[in-house]
Amino acid sequence: MPDAKTTSIVGANVARKEGRDKVTGAARYIDDLTLPGMLFGATVRSAIQRGKIKQITFPHSIEWSEFTIVTAKDIPGKNCIALILDDQPCLADGAVNHAEEPILLLAHENRQQLTKAVAAIQIAYDALPALNTIEESESQRELIWGENNAFKTFLVEKGDVDSVWPVASHIVEAEYRTGAQEQLYIETNGIIAVANPQDGVTIWGSLQCPYYVHKAMMKLFALPEDKVRVVQTETGGAFGGKEEYPSMLAGHAALLALKSGRPVKMVYDRAEDMAATTKRHPSRTRLRTAVDANGKILGGEIEFVIDGGAYATLSSVVLSRGTIHAGGPYNWPSIRIRSRAMATNVPPHGAFRGFGAPQSLFALERHMDRLAQVVGISPTEIRRRNFLQPGQTTTTQQAVPGEINLPLLLDRALNLSGYEAKQIAAAAQNNDPLTTKRKALGIAAFLHGAGFTGSGERYLDSVAGVEALPDGAVRILVSSTEFGQGTNTVLCQIAAETLSLPYDRVSIAQPDTTAVPNSGPTVASRTIMVVGKLVHSACVGLLQTLRATQSLPAPATPEQFQSACAAHVSQHGNIKSYARYQAPKNVLWDDEKYRGEAYATYAWAVYIAEVTVDLLTFSATVNNFVAVQEVGKVLHPILAEGQIIGGVAQGIGFALYEKVLWQHGRMRNNQMTNYIMPTSADLPPIHVHFEEFGNPHGAYGAKGLGELPMDGPAPAILNAISAATGHEFNSIPLLPEDLFAALNPTPENPPPSAQLECPLPVGAPQ
Amino acid sequence: MTAADTPAPKQKISLEVNGEPRTVSAHPMARLLDVLRLDLQLTGTKEGCGEGECGSCSVLIDGVLVNSCLVPVLQAAGTKILTIEGLSSSAGQLHPVQQAFLDCGGAQCGICTPGMILAAVHLLAKNPSPDLAAIREGLSGNLCRCTGYMQIFQSVSQAAKRLTSP
Repeated sequence: MPDAKTTSIVGANVARKEGRDKVTGAARYIDDLTLPGMLFGATVRSAIQRGKIKQITFPHSIEWSEFTIVTAKDIPGKNCIALILDDQPCLADGAVNHAEEPILLLAHENRQQLTKAVAAIQIAYDALPALNTIEESESQRELIWGENNAFKTFLVEKGDVDSVWPVASHIVEAEYRTGAQEQLYIETNGIIAVANPQDGVTIWGSLQCPYYVHKAMMKLFALPEDKVRVVQTETGGAFGGKEEYPSMLAGHAALLALKSGRPVKMVYDRAEDMAATTKRHPSRTRLRTAVDANGKILGGEIEFVIDGGAYATLSSVVLSRGTIHAGGPYNWPSIRIRSRAMATNVPPHGAFRGFGAPQSLFALERHMDRLAQVVGISPTEIRRRNFLQPGQTTTTQQAVPGEINLPLLLDRALNLSGYEAKQIAAAAQNNDPLTTKRKALGIAAFLHGAGFTGSGERYLDSVAGVEALPDGAVRILVSSTEFGQGTNTVLCQIAAETLSLPYDRVSIAQPDTTAVPNSGPTVASRTIMVVGKLVHSACVGLLQTLRATQSLPAPATPEQFQSACAAHVSQHGNIKSYARYQAPKNVLWDDEKYRGEAYATYAWAVYIAEVTVDLLTFSATVNNFVAVQEVGKVLHPILAEGQIIGGVAQGIGFALYEKVLWQHGRMRNNQMTNYIMPTSADLPPIHVHFEEFGNPHGAYGAKGLGELPMDGPAPAILNAISAATGHEFNSIPLLPEDLFAALNPTPENPPPSAQLECPLPVGAPQ
Repeated sequence: MTAADTPAPKQKISLEVNGEPRTVSAHPMARLLDVLRLDLQLTGTKEGCGEGECGSCSVLIDGVLVNSCLVPVLQAAGTKILTIEGLSSSAGQLHPVQQAFLDCGGAQCGICTPGMILAAVHLLAKNPSPDLAAIREGLSGNLCRCTGYMQIFQSVSQAAKRLTSP
C-alpha cells in the first residue's frame, strides 16, 4: 500500500488525458486515418442461417479484375478466430452456420464500386434447418455444435438443497427472460491493415484488447510473435462490443492487404455493424426458492441458460460470470445452480458490459419481489432479511469480508429516493379509480465481481511497466485501452501519486504490441483494480531503482526525481520498471467444483427506480433514479460518476427501449431509426452516491466499477412496473406494445412472446 | 457501368468553412459529411449512423444545426459552415462550451462530442440561459452512448453561466 502521506492526485478531478483532443475534434479515430495507396474492404455474407455453399457466381456486369478477392483458400494459417476454442472460422469454407457469416472479401479503391460488387455476387446454398432459440437448441432437433448443442455447462452446489423443500413455508417458482442488446458504440467497428510476407501483419483499429487481436493474427497468418503488430487507435465506445469482434475484422482487412499488397481499411456502416457483430446474450432463468415463514431463504435451485449463437467465442466465460452472480448479494444456506450456454444459428453473442451478470441478476431481483409478495412482506424487508453478512459465504462459498454493510447501502438509497413518502403518495394515486397513471418505486440490490473470474487473473499473468524519460517525465506502458471510461487518466493519477509527481508529468503510451507489455484485456472491471495495482508496483520499483543507483531520497521532490532520472538515463540508456501480477494469498479457486474465491473483491449496490406507467399510452417512464454503490476508493469522482450514470442509462435502455427483432436469425431492425436507445429527452435525473468499505487488493483501495451499473436498473424498473400495475412482468425489454398486450390480453392480442421473434411474415420486404 | 449508374459530373462548389473561403470539386449529391472529411480533411465531424439519427455529424450551416450526412454538398454552396475545428480560437483557446465539456465530464469516448458540442453551441445561441428541459430538448437529436447525458447537461449549464457572466 502507498505511504501514509496525504493523497492529492488520487481522488481529484484532474483533466481527462485525451480530453482536449476530444473536445476540439483533433482526436484521430480509425476512420480519420488514411494510408497512401489504401484500398477499402467489404464483406460478402451469408444470406441463410445454416447450410452448404453450393456455388458462388461473379456476374459479368462487374469488372472483377479491378478487385482483390479473398476466400478461405487465401488464409495462410488456420482458418479460425483464436480466442478460447478455435471453432469460429474467419471465412466460411463450404458451409455456413449463421446469417451474416462472412464468406468472402473484396477490396477496391472506390467504396461505391464495392457496394455494387457485394450486391452482385450470387451465392447458391443447400439450406439446412436452423435453430433459433434456447428451447430449439435444447431439443437437439438438429445437432449444430458438439454432442448436445451446449458450448459449456456449470454446476455450483452449496449445502443440501434437497432437504429444504419439505420444511419450507413457501416454495416460489418462476421463469425470467432477457433479450439481446446491441452495444451501440457510436463509432462502428473499424480496422486498417498492412501485410506483406517480409514484415508480417500490422493492424491499427478501434479495439479493446490489442493482445487478443495479436494472438488471433498469429494463428490466422501462421506468424511468430514479432511479425504481428497491433495498435489501438482512439476508440469511440466499446462496452464489450470491441472485445472479440475486432480479431475477425482485423483478419479480414489483413487478408485483403496481404493479397493486394496495399493497405486496406474496413469500417463497417451502422447497418452492417448491428447485423453482423456481437450482442448481449439472450437468457432464460428459472428459479425455485424455499423460504421460511419470515421470508428467510432456506435454499433454492437456479437454472441459468444463455443463447450463445453459432460459435463458442466468449460464451463460456459470460456464462461463468452470470452463474456466479445468480445468487446475488444474499445468503443462500443451500443452493444448486445449473447453467449452460446453447448454440443457435444466429451471429455469435458476445461481451457486453456486465457479461452475463445483468441477465441472471435481473431474474433474481425480480424473484426477490415475488418472494416478498408471497411471504407478505415489503420488497425492502425481504432483502434486508437475506443480505449477506460478514462471516457468511457466497454461493461459491467465498467468505464475505468483514467490511461490507448492505443494510447501510439500502438505507442510504431509501433516504435519497424519498422512498417511504413516495410509496405512500403512489399508493394513494394508484387507488384513485379515475387515475390513468400508476406510480411505484422498485428496488434492486446486487454485486459485481471485479477482475477475471476464479483463476483467470493468474492465467492472464499481466505485466505493466513505467518508463522514466531523461527530463523526469514518466510514461506508463500497458496494453490497457481507453475507450471513454478514463483508463488513461486514472492510471496516470495512480502513477503520479505513487511517484509524488505532478499529474501532467505522467503520460501513457499508445497501446502498441511492439511497445507495451501485455497487461491483459480491457474488460471485466479489472483495469483500475488489477492493472492500476501493477502500475503502482512498477512505480514503486522505479523509485527503488533510483534510490539504489542515484541515492534518490524518500520522499523526493519532482526536481530530485528529475535529476535522478537524467543521471540514470545518461549512465544506463533508459530506465523502465515492470511489475507482474501476483495473486493475493487467500484467493483460492477450484475450477472443477466451481467453488472458492470467485473474485478478489466485489462492488456492492442498491438502486431504486421511480416509475410511472401511463395506462392510456402504455408507456413506462422512469421519473427518478438513485444509484448507491460501494466501489472502494473513488479515484476520480467525475469519471466514476460518469461511469455509473452511463451504465444506468444503458440499463434503462436494456429494460424499456432496446429490442432486437429477429427474423430467420437476422436482426431486422439494424438501424438507429428502429433500434431505439435513450436520448437526452428520455432519461430521468440519475443520482449517484458512493459509500466506501475499503479494498486491500486494488490500487489505493479501488475496486472495479465499470460494469456494476448495468446490473441493477432493469430489475429495479420492472419491479416498479409490476408493483404499479399488479401484473408480474418477467421479461425484458418491455416496450409499450408489450405492456399493452399484457394488460389487455385478448385472443388477437396475446401476451408478448418470450422469444421476441419478429412477427413479420416470411419474405416481407426488408 | 450503365448510364443510369453514372453520377452527375463533379462541379466546383464554393462555401465558407470555419471562416475561410473554400472551393471543392465534388459531385453535387456528395454528402457534405464526406466533403468535409475527405476533401477538406476536417475529420472532427464524425459519422455515426449515416441516416440522420445520431447527430455525430452535426455542423452549423449559416447558424442552423444540421446532420451533414443528410445534406448534399450542392445545398451548402455559398453558405457559412462551422465545424468543431472552427470553434476554438486560432491561438488554441478553447470555446467555453469545449472547456465546460472538459471540466464536467461531458466527453467520454469522444465520438459524439464534436456534434454534441455544436448542438450545445447552437442551443446557447438561441437560448443563452436554457433550463434543464430546454437543454434536454436542444440536445435530443444527438445520441451519446457513454455518458447517460447528465454530465453533458452540467457542461452546457456551466458553459451558459460562463458565456452570460461578464
